[in-house]
Amino acid sequence: MSPQSETETARPALTPVAILAGFAVLLGFQLAGEILVVATRLILPSFAFPGPVAGMLLLLVFLTVRKSLDSSTNAVASGLIGVLSLLFVPSAVGVIQYGGVLVDWGGPLLLAVVLSTLATLLVTVGTFLWIAKLTGKQSP
Amino acid sequence: MSGISTIWVYLNTSPLLWLAVTIAAFLAAHFVGRKLGGSPLANSVLIAGAIIIALLLVSGTPYATYFEGAQFVHFLLGPATVALAVPLFKNLDKVRPVLLPMAGALLAGSLTAIGSAVAIVAAFGAPADIIASIAPKSTSAPIAMELARSLGGVPSLAAVLVILTGITGAVIVTPLMNFLRIKDYAARGFAVGVASHGIGTARAFQVNDVAGAFAGIAMALNGALTSFLILIWSLIFA
Repeated sequence: MSPQSETETARPALTPVAILAGFAVLLGFQLAGEILVVATRLILPSFAFPGPVAGMLLLLVFLTVRKSLDSSTNAVASGLIGVLSLLFVPSAVGVIQYGGVLVDWGGPLLLAVVLSTLATLLVTVGTFLWIAKLTGKQSP
Repeated sequence: MSGISTIWVYLNTSPLLWLAVTIAAFLAAHFVGRKLGGSPLANSVLIAGAIIIALLLVSGTPYATYFEGAQFVHFLLGPATVALAVPLFKNLDKVRPVLLPMAGALLAGSLTAIGSAVAIVAAFGAPADIIASIAPKSTSAPIAMELARSLGGVPSLAAVLVILTGITGAVIVTPLMNFLRIKDYAARGFAVGVASHGIGTARAFQVNDVAGAFAGIAMALNGALTSFLILIWSLIFA
């Protein structure tokens, strides 16, 4: 890790109350996202969208309108994102519950997962760079 | 012996044991990853998951018992997903100039993710419920399970395929992009977010903050677009 990125990720020491405030902001937006999704499903029952992702988009709109980010939300968000991989472990372990459903079509399904993921990465990055070049907006 | 079994019975009814095991396995996986010089093959979700699955099988512990403890970690996924707005907000000046490339890459990537997976399993003559279960594999688990259900697929199979897709993308993205000498971290992150949702996003944050920010928005946008595309598809073919 370069010294520069260390100063960027250095977090100020927070009081316990500030940590709680940061959590309250994230949970509040998650709750707002969940309510928005449930309300949408009343009108569109087949609408499938996770509440937390809706909450993320709401927080982004809020931050963009407010044009500032308080240090407690910043610190708690950075902390959670720092251990994001850990948070997927319980779901990954859940594979043992359903591993059996892979039995009949395991080979083709695994092949499809690997090839399709590879194709998706290539097509997405290729399209991104191609359009960026066309519009002359290539980031360094 | 009865003393040991008394302790085991106690531990198995308390969420503490498997919560501690989840965190310990993750730390072990993280340590192994460090030892291997941050190799993408040493994916911490993959290694920690494998350690815990082995322990559950050896001890004959059902997943429900495991989840009693692991739910506390799992719960934090909600606020952590909301938290992805923060790096995105900090990198907003990098997002604005590339809105057009993002839109094009999202559409092309989303169609490829659905189309290529469906085409491959269909080529093997898989039945409709298997095809429906793999179609939403590049979205987050809750979206994929709901979409699989609405298409007549198997939600639990969809959930397994989502996890496998996440781990696959997280493992191959860095070597693939390095091999292609792609240094645009916005494009790299966006690609892994579209292909491999949250697990890909977690990997992107390990590499670079910009990549992570773009992966997070790609995951959110792809979830919305996949829902929309599959809704259209089911309306046409239903």
